[in-house]
Amino acid sequence: MTTRIDRRMAKLKAEGRPALVTYFMGGDPDYDTSLSIMKALPIAGADIIEMGMPFSDPMADGPAIQAAGLRALKGGQTLVKTLKLAADFRAGDNETPIVLMGYYNPIYIYGVDRFLTDAKASGIDGLIVVDLPPEMDEELCVPALKAGVNFIRLATPTTDDKRLPKVLENTSGFVYYVSMTGITGSALADTGKVAAAVNRIKGHTDLPVCVGFGVKTAEQARVIGANADGVVVGTAIVNAVANVLGPKGEKTADPAEAVATLVSGLAQGVRSARLAAAE
Amino acid sequence: MNKPAMPNSFRTGPDEQGMFGIFGGRFVAETLMPLILDLEEQWNKAKTDPEFKAELQNLSTHYAGRPSKLYFAEGLTKHLREVSSAKGLGGGAKVYFKREDLNHTGSHKINNCLGQILLAKRMGKKRIIAETGAGQHGVASATVAARFGYPCVVYMGATDVARQSPNVFRMKLLGAEVRPVTAGHGTLKDAMNEALRDWVTNVEDTYYLIGTAAGPHPYPELVRDFQSVIGTEARSQILEQEGRLPDVIVAAVGGGSNAIGLFHPFLDDKDVRITGIEAGGRGLDGVEHCASMNAGKPGVLHGNRTYLLQNSDGQILDGHSISAGLDYPGVGPEHSWLRDSGRVQYEPILDDEALEAFQLTTRVEGIIPALESAHAIAHAMKIVPTMDKDQIVIVNLSGRGDKDVHTVANMLGMEI
Repeated sequence: MTTRIDRRMAKLKAEGRPALVTYFMGGDPDYDTSLSIMKALPIAGADIIEMGMPFSDPMADGPAIQAAGLRALKGGQTLVKTLKLAADFRAGDNETPIVLMGYYNPIYIYGVDRFLTDAKASGIDGLIVVDLPPEMDEELCVPALKAGVNFIRLATPTTDDKRLPKVLENTSGFVYYVSMTGITGSALADTGKVAAAVNRIKGHTDLPVCVGFGVKTAEQARVIGANADGVVVGTAIVNAVANVLGPKGEKTADPAEAVATLVSGLAQGVRSARLAAAE
Repeated sequence: MNKPAMPNSFRTGPDEQGMFGIFGGRFVAETLMPLILDLEEQWNKAKTDPEFKAELQNLSTHYAGRPSKLYFAEGLTKHLREVSSAKGLGGGAKVYFKREDLNHTGSHKINNCLGQILLAKRMGKKRIIAETGAGQHGVASATVAARFGYPCVVYMGATDVARQSPNVFRMKLLGAEVRPVTAGHGTLKDAMNEALRDWVTNVEDTYYLIGTAAGPHPYPELVRDFQSVIGTEARSQILEQEGRLPDVIVAAVGGGSNAIGLFHPFLDDKDVRITGIEAGGRGLDGVEHCASMNAGKPGVLHGNRTYLLQNSDGQILDGHSISAGLDYPGVGPEHSWLRDSGRVQYEPILDDEALEAFQLTTRVEGIIPALESAHAIAHAMKIVPTMDKDQIVIVNLSGRGDKDVHTVANMLGMEI
């Protein structure tokens, strides 16, 4: 079974460059704006879209993504609407992979089987669920794989060689390497250590390895992308939205345009990654 | 959902995956997974190590002041017998208080903190973090950190920092750093989120001292085991004082650590009726309560599956209770399992009922109970008059109420 993620990763490998994986919060600050942001992402150079599913208690996220989630919830976002966002996007783009990222409870309450059916029908390709480690695979990971939806696992600096095979066992699509111990949006870890960790993971799997947490600039994307198969940027994008919202949430500029500007720069960063590395 | 089959014993959980039936588990980020596996391994070694047991025993006796007394609440019993007679019932069971309020730091929280600080020491950790709502667990954590020479950071919702200033000052005196949490709504669940964020960032040297029998496995089990001293003592004390087991035992349930501590040693005494009391706040019809097992449904938060207050989209709601210690939208997973298995009944008590119990106990017993404990007493006030005089009720007096006098004065419209 190949998915949009597999196909996209294979294509980029052939092109000899890493993927730019962009995270934005579904429904932030409202449904329509969020849809226009999502549509702007691939045009600006994003290769894979990660859409955040807002949750009231995002334990692994820093202040920026927490605030984005609360804005989305305040704007009336629900899991039903997040799936609809994906479907609306799919109507105009059948190639760019969409990965949903968030926490388990809203999915559990929606109902796992119903969720997988609806996610698949909405054009969702993969899931990243932060609070489902391999020990809880029977909850969602195994059903997702059966349903043909990639389950992308996070590997972290605390995942040692002994544990890594367990983490990789049911992972598909790509492996998401968390660059540091910490929450989203923290300062980027030592890039040398990150590169070593990526190589360590590659010793255990043929899956592409994308690196996230802490990547904010085109230059960082370039450096990380020299070694990784993909670079994930989230907090910087969410901040680009927040920066054009006034104190009462009113838009002071077009959020989609602000995001597009940022993502274009990041896209240049990843596109020069291997060129720079080859020099 | 089918009702789970009645087990032979209610005291065998959790299973190897940390589950109590469908509840519990290890719903944490990968970064934390190796840490909780390590904690589980260390805990399994410690709990059978005579040296660990002896050290905890020694501290419990000489530092915390255990065993706590099982006190015959004669004044309250007499009052409730008069109530019974006035109703023409002529009954009124004997009420006993398990006096956790007499422990060092003023509540049952010290039992768990002493156990966990010894675990932290065994694991070679260098720094303690904790979350707190009312501040009782924060104070107990700061206390054991001071005693063992650890730096301690306590996360506390900004709303709670404002309304529990005496406890904030106590923690600071004890050398802890209190970090107000403004994320979310600034209450206990947000403090717990923030503590988890700290832990995920400082994995190498930090021990997370969870205050209640909730969170990822093995916390619900180990906190329960440290708190079970309450029920173990109460069981042998009542046998000694009355020559028989009680008819009913009652405890308040927020996260549920004092309750599981009292209940667990009695779970297989099938003639003992066990009742947990949830915060009914201003009534279960609205949203101003914290009765997750009466008005919530199972979900996943803070590392475990359990009953939670949540909306139809799976977003967690903020609860309300007059008692900051009950102000948590979830409950320990073992309680959820005991609820579904039918072994324990969970009932709500309203703010007003707790307030009345608080005042009555103060007047007829000369004991100012914590508002949390007052919820359990309020339930006893309802059932005791309908029971026979030769029956026995044990109420867990989980903490003293000095911390609550400002809240109560406020509720009664008085300035102090």
